[in-house]
Amino acid sequence: MAIKTYREALNEALREEMRRDDRVLLLGEDIGVFEGAYKVTAGLLAEFGDRRVKDMPIAEAVIAGTAIGAAMLGLRPVAEMMTVNFLLLAMDMVVNHAAKLHYMFGGQTTVPLVIRTPGGGGHQLAAQHSQTLDVYFAHVPGLKVVAPATPADAKGLLKASIRDENPVIFLENLALYNTRGEVPDGEYLVPIGKAAISRPGNDLTIVGWSRTAPMALEAANRLAAAGIDAEVIDLRSLRPADWETVAASVRKTTRAIVVEEGWLSFGPGAEVVARIQDLAFDYLDAPVQRIAGAEVPAPYAKSLERVSLPSADDIVRAAQRMLPRRRAA
Amino acid sequence: MGSMTEPAAVKTRRTPRPLDVDLGGAELRAICETMVLSRALDERMWLLNRQGRAHFTISCQGHEAAQVGTAAALRRGEDITLPYYRDLGVVLWMGMTPREVMLSFFARADDPNSGGRQMPNHWGHAGLRIISGSSPVGTQIPHAAGVALAAKIRHEPTVTAVYFGEGTTSEGDFHEGLNFAAIHRLPVIFVCENNGYAISVPRHKQMATATVAERAAAYGMPGIAVDGTDVLAVYRVMRRAVDRARSGQGPTLIDTRVHRFTPHSSDDDDRVYRPPEEVESARQQDPVEKFRRTLVQHDLLTTAQDHELRERVAAIVEDAVVFAEQSPLPAAADLTRHVFAESGRR
Repeated sequence: MAIKTYREALNEALREEMRRDDRVLLLGEDIGVFEGAYKVTAGLLAEFGDRRVKDMPIAEAVIAGTAIGAAMLGLRPVAEMMTVNFLLLAMDMVVNHAAKLHYMFGGQTTVPLVIRTPGGGGHQLAAQHSQTLDVYFAHVPGLKVVAPATPADAKGLLKASIRDENPVIFLENLALYNTRGEVPDGEYLVPIGKAAISRPGNDLTIVGWSRTAPMALEAANRLAAAGIDAEVIDLRSLRPADWETVAASVRKTTRAIVVEEGWLSFGPGAEVVARIQDLAFDYLDAPVQRIAGAEVPAPYAKSLERVSLPSADDIVRAAQRMLPRRRAA
Repeated sequence: MGSMTEPAAVKTRRTPRPLDVDLGGAELRAICETMVLSRALDERMWLLNRQGRAHFTISCQGHEAAQVGTAAALRRGEDITLPYYRDLGVVLWMGMTPREVMLSFFARADDPNSGGRQMPNHWGHAGLRIISGSSPVGTQIPHAAGVALAAKIRHEPTVTAVYFGEGTTSEGDFHEGLNFAAIHRLPVIFVCENNGYAISVPRHKQMATATVAERAAAYGMPGIAVDGTDVLAVYRVMRRAVDRARSGQGPTLIDTRVHRFTPHSSDDDDRVYRPPEEVESARQQDPVEKFRRTLVQHDLLTTAQDHELRERVAAIVEDAVVFAEQSPLPAAADLTRHVFAESGRR
């Protein structure tokens, strides 16, 4: 166990899986000598050579399509898309092909690939570099979608994704790359489809994933100082999602806030709320609250970007609205 | 061989080749000034970024001849450009002011490109018929085909010029846009600023062909490779392409060979993927200096004019920086403005 960044944890997972299984290969733009736009592939070209670490032309459809072809022939491609915004250029490959080939082939072939890509805002990269598009992928049967929040989960989920027989969309977040945490050495797998209780509590459940999970934790720690004991659920996987862990928490706390970085309308947060009312309706003491990004294309100017993103402040305020009697505490 | 009777001072000076362009001295000096201004504004943006006064920049340095040489063959206010993020020289020539450039760079409320919403250097100016660029590369190519289609349908004499790097030619949008434009002989010119690097990925990992120009044959349009450090060579090629487009003969692909003097952007460090000597040697072909020398050789730019030009450019840059940095930021209350069209406006 050592303290590592989220970026280092991802790098470690790739390195370990490439050492373990020579079918694993990496495809992406600037992933070789340049070591990735966000340096996640650092040192991998040097260790594994350009047979297994392929710098690709700027052609997202070809990156995804090549990964699909290689996966069908028995390799384990891990494609890096520079950002989730550019993954949109390969949506046909992802939605019409990666997600459906196993089904359309009547189960005769699997498509065991991983597409890693960062999303999220807050770095003044504007409308086409800052989106959170989790729902685009989580909506599609045939894809698995994971969104780790901590360095340990980044490692454990990436290793599990590479070993999965299905196409996995692995959602990273720009704001998390430099975050630090304990990461177990060597063989460490986090099962896809299992949420984590990041902080146990009794008064209120806060559900987040990816960047909003640590945001929820920060809010919960501040709320604790004000006498509100919040439980934080980090979903970790969006498809399949661990609805039972969410429901069990809400049955205990009777209140919930769902926090997401993307846009509110039709987002994964709406799905979380629907599942809560499905599985825990009789236990709710208040309407479930939702916090999300402002419904605008991400603006470049700092003065605009700042007010477009959700924050721990927003969560604290929502919790205090839900539990007004404890506000003075 | 000079005549023995000539004075020694003249003997060392060879008669320069004729310039062979349909441009007068004033126009040539204007081209030079725009190139010098592009470079000066760009250098200042890097400086301001490194001082922490601005968040991001991406550079035109080394591309000025390709940019201004092509733009100079277009009609301002009538022809349409779809620049990419390096094309400071294009937008300055088409009429964007240095103050407007700096308003965009500092993401100010009065930035005519986007009011601080779009990234800097992603140019868009409806009044100047400059169509906003994109961060996912190449998407402007099908847009350009559509713009040219509209001009043709509306019987407008407009020519459209669309710009991109050689990395972009790997995208499907490049193929789809050129194919469609050629089928319908659309009045559009595809200008590739071929600097040999897509961020870190060198040209030979981007394409198996020696040039981008040769791909034009597959679409049924002329493809012309030109030294993109020679502004007049670029202008001549573009001039023919514009005439061709305006007279209904269809599109042209122009492959300008240029050098990228800077890292990809202010977020990049190019020392990890190319030797500094490579950039140093490219600087021997500095397009701005090359053109200044040409004008001097042809007595089209006197020492006094050159001096005056530099002073003027320095003052313009200083004015633009001070003006833009003191302009107001976009107000948080305006966050959702322009998500949808405002009623009654078009």
